[in-house]
Amino acid sequence: MVKPGSVAIVGASEMVSPLGVFPELSQLGLHAENAIRAMKETGLKPSEIDGVACAGASPTEVAYYLGITPKYVDGTSVGGCSFMIHVRHAAAAIESGLCTTVLITHGESGKSGIGRGGFPGGRQGLNAQFEQWAGPTGAPTMFTVPVMRYMNTYGVTEEQLAMVAVVQREYAARNPNAMMKEPMTVEDVLNSRMIAYPFRLFMCCLVTDGGGALILTSADRAKDFPTKPVYILGTGESVETPLVSQMEDFTSSRAFSVAGTTAFAEAGISRDDVDHLMIYDAFAHLPLYGLEDLGFVGRGEAARFIWDGNTRPGGKLPLNTNGGGLSYTHSGMYGMYALQESVRQMRGTAPAQVAGAKISVAHGVGGMFAASGTIIMSNERP
Amino acid sequence: MHDYSRMVPQATPETKPYWDGLKEGKLMIQRNKATGQAYFPPRPFDPRDPFAEVEWFQASGRGTLATYVISHRPPPGYEAPFSIAVVELEEGVKMMTNIIDCPQTPEVLQLDMPVELVCHKVNDEITLPLWRPAKGG
Repeated sequence: MVKPGSVAIVGASEMVSPLGVFPELSQLGLHAENAIRAMKETGLKPSEIDGVACAGASPTEVAYYLGITPKYVDGTSVGGCSFMIHVRHAAAAIESGLCTTVLITHGESGKSGIGRGGFPGGRQGLNAQFEQWAGPTGAPTMFTVPVMRYMNTYGVTEEQLAMVAVVQREYAARNPNAMMKEPMTVEDVLNSRMIAYPFRLFMCCLVTDGGGALILTSADRAKDFPTKPVYILGTGESVETPLVSQMEDFTSSRAFSVAGTTAFAEAGISRDDVDHLMIYDAFAHLPLYGLEDLGFVGRGEAARFIWDGNTRPGGKLPLNTNGGGLSYTHSGMYGMYALQESVRQMRGTAPAQVAGAKISVAHGVGGMFAASGTIIMSNERP
Repeated sequence: MHDYSRMVPQATPETKPYWDGLKEGKLMIQRNKATGQAYFPPRPFDPRDPFAEVEWFQASGRGTLATYVISHRPPPGYEAPFSIAVVELEEGVKMMTNIIDCPQTPEVLQLDMPVELVCHKVNDEITLPLWRPAKGG
């Protein structure tokens, strides 16, 4: 276990455009540009980076491209939460002395498709044999499959599902970089185009380009940098299944629960200590599962919790304050943007800043409830 | 009916008895010999106890509708709107499928309704396990 507060995020860069595109950069270029911006912020040179982690490109590509000779390499690629898991592994690597300074990068030409690797096909994989022929066309028709069971079990309505998107739009309206800023009502969401019943268009994430980078080092060194350190308090990770149809329980994610429980145990804090929360929202049901599986509310209580205004601006648990994947940006693997918003909130520089926030949780998902990573961070060293 | 020919899967050595069974109209799955508990998808060991002996057996072809979406985004050759569903078999395992032979509406597709297997031949190698509302409830 990594001692809470022993490792800090000292560099952060994010590239998100309100237009949703970076037509002048390839996917690898987005990795590199963010890496360079994060290094510039900290004053570090590539020769001073000795650990590289990324998803969406190989760490070999990124290290070579930037002229880095790493002693520590992490190519964990389990979907959008890979970056949370990179942070976790980096903290352990730094504390155990495998390396001193880890660069984590993300770049994704999700909209423009420039230099984007193809998804592996094949007819013999588990997905091809046991799911793909049933006709899902990507995440909107697959990640959504468990929800009817959740709604049926807890009596959650379509209006309540719509409200998740409505509340996040309130945050996006305060964020100049958000792609969707227009105010929206529950009726607007329910009148938007049907994608995969019960999911309408505005319950589904955006499709954009974007990227980000983080630099982590030991907390003892963090004072040497010009940036305000953001300390890692606790981390967790897990995976469940590559087949959404094989989840143990359609009303709960085992990977969420394991990652969240591990992170809170490591941090030694309670849910009530959390001032700010990010839950990866590729679709409107994810904040519901996340609030319950992370233990912020009881089973079946999340939809009402959001409906009652607890997560909206000024509420007691501000959630997805950048506007989320639903209204801010979503290039495909969104976890990096959730981490960036947590870092901004801890630095006190977020467009929808939560006044006085000291502890932030960034919770990610990978694949269709396939994987998960949770990072708890603070602007105070415990 | 969808044209499944572009999405047709291919068996591996581990799953061949499953796909061979479907060709003959049988849903063959596996169970732990000691406990009798079934598991899915096929693999040469029980994930709950990888050292236990396992065997193939023919499932009843009866189940219930566990969850679904109604997709309005069809792949080429598929007719939208259509259900992408998970059926829970009588034997306790789950599989993704399409519910056919009924209107693709939330009013008709009720969770927990009984469903039955329909073996749908795509080509000489692959027959898919589709499901429909059970006759006579």
